[in-house]
Amino acid sequence: MTNVEYLNKGLDQLNVADNSLAPARKNAITSFSKMGIPGAKHEEWRYTRIGNLFNKDYQFPAKKEGFSKTDLDGIRLPGHEEANELVFVNGIYASEFSVIRSKELVVQSLEEAAGNENKEIVALHFGHSSSLLKDGINALNTAFVHGGIFLNIKKGTVLSQPVYIYTITDARRESVLSQPRSLIYIGENAQAELVETYVTIGKADSFTNQVMEVAIEKDAKVGYYKIQNDRQQANLVSTTHFRQLGKSYLHTVTISLNGGIVRNNLNVVLEADHCEAHLYGLYFMGGDSHIDNHTIVDNVMPNCFSNELYKGVMTGKAAGVFNGKIFVRKDAQKTNAYQSNKNILLSADASVNTKPQLEIFADDVKCSHGCTVGQLDEDALFYLQSRGVPAPIAQSLLVRAFATDILEHITPKAIHDYVEQLISLKLEYDLP
Amino acid sequence: MKTDIASIEKESPKNEQSAIEDVVLNEYKYGFVTDIESDSAPKGLNEDIVRFISSKKNEPEWMLEWRLKAYRHWLKMEEPKWANISYPPIDYQDVIYYSAPKQKITPGSLDEIDPELRKTFEKLGISLDEQKRLTGVAVDAVIDSVSIGTSFKTQLAELGIIFCSMSEAIQEHPELVRKHLSSVVPITDNYFSALNAAVFSDGSFCYIPKGVRCPMELSTYFRINAENTGQFERTLIVAEEGSYVSYLEGCTAPMRDENQLHAAVVELIAMDNAEIKYSTVQNWYPGDKEGRGGIYNFVTKRGICKGDNSKISWTQVETGSSITWKYPSVILKGDNSVGEFYSVAVTNNHQQADTGTKMQHLGKNTKSRIVSKGISAGVSNNSYRGLVHVGKNAANARNFSQCDSLLLGDKCGAHTFPYIEVKNNTAIVEHEATTSKIGEDQIFYCNQRGIDTETAVALIVNGFAKEVMNQLPMEFAVEAQKLLAISLEGSVG
Repeated sequence: MTNVEYLNKGLDQLNVADNSLAPARKNAITSFSKMGIPGAKHEEWRYTRIGNLFNKDYQFPAKKEGFSKTDLDGIRLPGHEEANELVFVNGIYASEFSVIRSKELVVQSLEEAAGNENKEIVALHFGHSSSLLKDGINALNTAFVHGGIFLNIKKGTVLSQPVYIYTITDARRESVLSQPRSLIYIGENAQAELVETYVTIGKADSFTNQVMEVAIEKDAKVGYYKIQNDRQQANLVSTTHFRQLGKSYLHTVTISLNGGIVRNNLNVVLEADHCEAHLYGLYFMGGDSHIDNHTIVDNVMPNCFSNELYKGVMTGKAAGVFNGKIFVRKDAQKTNAYQSNKNILLSADASVNTKPQLEIFADDVKCSHGCTVGQLDEDALFYLQSRGVPAPIAQSLLVRAFATDILEHITPKAIHDYVEQLISLKLEYDLP
Repeated sequence: MKTDIASIEKESPKNEQSAIEDVVLNEYKYGFVTDIESDSAPKGLNEDIVRFISSKKNEPEWMLEWRLKAYRHWLKMEEPKWANISYPPIDYQDVIYYSAPKQKITPGSLDEIDPELRKTFEKLGISLDEQKRLTGVAVDAVIDSVSIGTSFKTQLAELGIIFCSMSEAIQEHPELVRKHLSSVVPITDNYFSALNAAVFSDGSFCYIPKGVRCPMELSTYFRINAENTGQFERTLIVAEEGSYVSYLEGCTAPMRDENQLHAAVVELIAMDNAEIKYSTVQNWYPGDKEGRGGIYNFVTKRGICKGDNSKISWTQVETGSSITWKYPSVILKGDNSVGEFYSVAVTNNHQQADTGTKMQHLGKNTKSRIVSKGISAGVSNNSYRGLVHVGKNAANARNFSQCDSLLLGDKCGAHTFPYIEVKNNTAIVEHEATTSKIGEDQIFYCNQRGIDTETAVALIVNGFAKEVMNQLPMEFAVEAQKLLAISLEGSVG
């Protein structure tokens, strides 16, 4: 059993190396033993129960052995010939499978970076996500951090090739609990596109608790795309935490198409004047999937702009959760923050819980949020049918149109086409 | 010319600032203490106090049992901490749970009422006979927990409408009270409703028989009078098949230094085709500008649309209390039933409000509408917290929610916590919220046309709240606007 007691025991035996990761880890160890696994009483985990995931026998700590290059070949995303590929197997970075095509891209292990010339950057940003995510899950990753990477995209570097990050879980032999960790530093005036995907191979259960922290310096431009199309036994808590430290531009798209319990924490902290952030998300789930998108846009400094649009289509017995927080701190005057969440329920057993939340402490702001839950427009369906389009095709046409609002924001063409294809398949097989 | 415009532009934010300062400096106008002897229980809460209250009210055995059950359950509960409010811990043993104005004879007419009390009402501008003669409103005035006068009772009785104090109802209509009391808000519902059930001293009871349309607005004025007295009201309204009633509730309270605890419970029951409209203007003492004193208002209000085609509508104007914790809710159980919630919440100085509603869609074709307007000034915090729940069987449920916040000043906060839970795929739920301040261009536009900044702010805020104010009955709308004016005087007409 990999329960809380077991994990706590593991923590007691941990040997925290004396490098710049240490303060955050020590903090995390105390907070995990204090908070444990969040239950239904925890406001942020009200609709997503993960307690049961901890009552299984997992291989923990996970190992990466047994995975081969042939396995990887079946997983690679389209466009990989032109991309940098970073591979995590069971939470541990596997340099042997990774391909670095851009010379400017610096990839080091977290432990290494915490001791070399990057140690100050690591000390500043490693574990910052815990300031917004006060729960045991985040602390658990930080405490047991192992096999993580530090990515440095130096000042002035414009990466012409995107960075693909594969988070692979090899559950062919036994159930796996893996905790990938990465810290990405994007220097002044740098530009990068990051694409993440999650794949589980094998039939056993898996639970991935991933944390990625990204620090963005001034005048940098970042695109981030998260594609989730894993199996129904694959459970995932994926935390992505962005800090915009100078006037910069961030663009994120989160696509969730399949999985067991999938929880995405997406945080954007706007720590400088005139930052801009765009957050898009599409969740199209069926079966017994549970998808939970928790986003936080934290406006710390004035004159920032953020726009958020999340769309959901639920079929089968899928449950969708959306929680979007916008904080506007006292000094963040002239903030413009928009948020919208739209959901379509296509089956009788699907459900949606949504909570768009605004917390505003400055007066000179423009903030709005909206959310809807409904069905496909009957008039539109009728219009199509009256012109000879059969009902199922009319339905999938409308769902596709609904999704397009989000898909058009995926800029790498190969990834855009790939996601579009996944959605076409889903429309063909998943619709009632 | 140029310099002129520049000077106006410079001036206007300053005016706005001083106008807001005026608001902050504005003292509570209804803070006075009426000198009436009261017959109080000692401070503190234990089973003996519960028994004392029950015997004081000459209650039957089952009532006492009910109270004791609530009290014992309350002991096991913990005070809720989830709301977005903070206050020093309440010492529940430092509260007087019962105080009745000394007045032995039941008044047959309003003239027999203690002149001191009458004066209090006159100061409040709600002189009973005035109201009676001019507006045709039946007023059941409650001072410190005991109902002291009920007018128009005979007229209502002819129609079979029962409108009396809760203690009277327990004496005279025990079967009705027993059937409906705590059927909507169970005594175990929450910490404050359990406390209320244990110690409630009085309240109003209203019963509208089948097919009767209540010909007048029913209203009750609550007013906290003796120092250190908690006000625990219990209101129960039952509208039988095909009936209609509009009920008004208004509160003002005198000035106090110590915080006073208020934990009321209101239950509404609407049967087939019945409609209940419940309007509140709440203006308890909000504390001084340093945040000292003020009422802690922890209220549980819930209505159930039990029958098909029934409707419950809540309208509230919340301007007072240092702490407001209040979520008037509707359980839409009957098919085609409708729930509405209209709210204006104003917070100023150190006030904190966490208010909103819950709409539980259970029946088919149920509809609900939520309109909430929050206005924050000073260093106050104003939160909207609402739940729209569509159950598995609530086919074709429809909800529309709108919550807007207006911020006056840069030290206050506005928060929205809407929860939307949909378990049925034929439901349509919409929610939208905005937060903004009064635009400089809006003020400038008014200034240009000769309207000074103060009046302009008043104009804009009135417009902002209008959607809700329009829902209030005529008589009340006037008072509500007055209260809004008092709470934000200076900047907001």
